[in-house]
Amino acid sequence: MKKAGLTLVAIGLAGLSLGVSARDEAPYIILASTTSTEASGLFDAIIPPFTEKTGIEVRVVAVGTGQAFEIARRGDADSLLVHDTAGEKRFVEEGYGSERADVMANDFVLIGPGEDPAGISEADTVEQAFTRIAEAAAPFASRGDDSGTNRAERRLWQAAGVEPGGEWYRELGSGMGPTLNTAAGMNAYVMADRATWVAFDNRQDLELLFEGDEALFNPYGSVLIAPERHPHLKHDLAEQWHEWLLSEQGQAAIADFEVKGQPLFFPSAAE
Amino acid sequence: MPDDANAFQTALALILGGDPDLIGIVALSLQVSLSAVLIAALIALPLGAALALWRFPGRGAVIVMLNALMGLPPVVAGLAVYLLLSRAGPLGEFGLLFTPGAMVIAQVILVLPIIAALTRQQVEELHGEYREQLTSLGVSRPRRIPTLLWDARLGLTTVMLAGFGRASAEVGAVMIVGGNIDGVTRVMTTAIVLETSKGNLPLALGLGMVLLVLVALVNAAAHLVGETAQRRLG
Repeated sequence: MKKAGLTLVAIGLAGLSLGVSARDEAPYIILASTTSTEASGLFDAIIPPFTEKTGIEVRVVAVGTGQAFEIARRGDADSLLVHDTAGEKRFVEEGYGSERADVMANDFVLIGPGEDPAGISEADTVEQAFTRIAEAAAPFASRGDDSGTNRAERRLWQAAGVEPGGEWYRELGSGMGPTLNTAAGMNAYVMADRATWVAFDNRQDLELLFEGDEALFNPYGSVLIAPERHPHLKHDLAEQWHEWLLSEQGQAAIADFEVKGQPLFFPSAAE
Repeated sequence: MPDDANAFQTALALILGGDPDLIGIVALSLQVSLSAVLIAALIALPLGAALALWRFPGRGAVIVMLNALMGLPPVVAGLAVYLLLSRAGPLGEFGLLFTPGAMVIAQVILVLPIIAALTRQQVEELHGEYREQLTSLGVSRPRRIPTLLWDARLGLTTVMLAGFGRASAEVGAVMIVGGNIDGVTRVMTTAIVLETSKGNLPLALGLGMVLLVLVALVNAAAHLVGETAQRRLG
């Protein structure tokens, strides 16, 4: 009886581990990318045509841009698709990346309570809007996670000449979606990328209040990892992905992606 | 609240609809967590029993440590396993990061202390009852382990279920070492986190209900097996 039980456990274990390991057949790359691209559903639209054409599966690990750089630096991702141009260029300069290219762009928007207590919807520039929020000491939810959006937001506070802090400035340390959920709960102002905002369903009283300033431009870049740093990575496959993103077909797939009838990303690869 | 009713409908539709994506996620959740519990049990049951039977210097410290590790935050276990399995880490060359294998390893670390610590306690109590008899029969300590484990099996089933509960409910570890990759390492808990971040709260809550049903089914299966065994063996 005891023996039978043990044999059963052993068989079950073998079966389970077999099932777990029998998944990696097709060639694939690991792409470290941002929560905004994942949450908007962009990858569901652009990866299938790439896989169909090349047979290469793209496995997306969606994290904040800061963490994406760290994953790539440690050699745990074959390619990067992030939105922090300065950080991307530094990544290449430091020798971790071999190539960086503009892929697409969208923009940041300022979201806030519908009654707009700080009156940012009438602001002329984003600096003015930020200054008004600080002056009104209206609750502002910041990502606070060193993501691309968070880095852009900090640059904008700096440009507005405001050192954000105090009761009204709330650093949440979470992704774009969770930050929007919390902002909806607190009825706070928040800066979001347009893609995540449009695809976001739990808005409650939040509305889009300010958009269109050039300073809110949000470019995404594809970065290849330097083969000298991490020879074990799938550089050939990653390069095919990189080239495809910049190709006519890749750029068209990005342009065609819509949520609720709205295009969310605009292709921006250099001809 | 309309949202809750909505979530309930969503959960029902998810269960009845048989969506292939959802079935894949459910299957992977079960595979990962059950593998982790079985592997952890193979190590922790004998370990816990041995700890109950042997007296050695520092035994108290080991027991306190095991008990404390029952409260190990999943995200810490995940981070440690991430650093181990990362290419820059000591086990990087195996390429296990962002695979279900990595998720099993992380969950084994979470489940093992629970099973070992609770087994130690159960076996020690049982050994108190059996000691005289086993000693008079001249049974050596290593030979006592299987006997005691077998006789404590009913209590140990509950111990294993506690381990399974921990594994299937945690999200912090599998998120970091698995990466929540669609179709590869996405499990129930990470799918719930993703849907929440999309603001799709009814679907997130619906998935949560599906997970609850799943855990209830595993518990019911364990209960049935225990009942049947009890009746057969008298």
